[in-house]
Amino acid sequence: MPDILLRPWPWYVAGPLIGLFAPLLLWLGNRMFGVSSNLRHLCSAIAPRGIPYLSYDWRREGGWNLAFVAGIVAGGALAGLVFRNPAPVAVAESTRAGLAALGIHDLGGLVPRELFTWSSLATVRGWIVIVGGGFLVGFGTAYAGGCTSGHGISGVANLEIPSFIALAGFFAGGLLGTFVVLPFVLGLR
Amino acid sequence: MTTPVETRADVELDDDDVHELSTEQLRDPSAPGLWIYLLVGTVFGIVLTKGEAISWFRIQEMFRFQGFHMFGIFATALPTAIIGVQLLKRRWRRTLAGEVIVVPPKHLGSGVRYAVGGTIFGLGWALTGACPGPLFALLGSGVTTMAVAIASAMLGTWTYGRVRHHLPH
Repeated sequence: MPDILLRPWPWYVAGPLIGLFAPLLLWLGNRMFGVSSNLRHLCSAIAPRGIPYLSYDWRREGGWNLAFVAGIVAGGALAGLVFRNPAPVAVAESTRAGLAALGIHDLGGLVPRELFTWSSLATVRGWIVIVGGGFLVGFGTAYAGGCTSGHGISGVANLEIPSFIALAGFFAGGLLGTFVVLPFVLGLR
Repeated sequence: MTTPVETRADVELDDDDVHELSTEQLRDPSAPGLWIYLLVGTVFGIVLTKGEAISWFRIQEMFRFQGFHMFGIFATALPTAIIGVQLLKRRWRRTLAGEVIVVPPKHLGSGVRYAVGGTIFGLGWALTGACPGPLFALLGSGVTTMAVAIASAMLGTWTYGRVRHHLPH
């Protein structure tokens, strides 16, 4: 397979393309670009009972977005499986060293293989990273009313003060996670 | 808190009791079907993956301020999105099907939900290395344990729905 199809894209290619999705979805059908609403639509489809927040017509409100997210899964399969980059990610040397100090040495693939296997789910650190991290993402994005796409891109593109606050929160939480929680959790067995 | 325009799920269904006022009912029948969103989502998934925005390692590099890659992505994505959305709202004003473009505003309120919810979200982002879009892209790329992370994220959203009336907003 030609190397050009496998190679990762530099930020100056990926960034402007990512920015186009907010205006594109607005133009296509008055849709606000945002992925986290899908977590709500899926909950609404599965277990809405007794919860006003989840009691609405998820097919009508969220049909387009669920189709969009199904596309994301397909796109991930195309770019991450079929046209997978075989080389380890080219992160900074300091990041490589910092992660090695936490016991993460394998930089192949998109996630640390030591951490995201099924057997890792049976360890405390794997459970906290996958199950705990996932829960915080879902709870936090619902509370904040949007995620990196809905607030970070769409909301900021519409120049919304709430989205700038949320974006600052995303980063504050990320720093807390990176410098306090993750070093502690990765030390657990 | 209950003007009709903000009831669209697209941004946030801010009030529970007013879904019947949804603008979905007013939607032009000639608006594009679901297949177009599947297609656009596929392209988005490819860009996220090839741009390494779904890489756990890139997210760590970003939060450690050790590399420019993710900052470069945000620094070019945001101006593109801002210019595109503002041009659509102010200059072109119409969608492909000719509808007037409406961007429902977000309500600031006390701002607590954005600061606290955002911080909780960021903590989860650092641990999983993935926000919601990347969770799904990673699942597609073959990281099957992301199905557990997605299920757990759904449980988180569900839990928020259960306790939201006790939380400051």
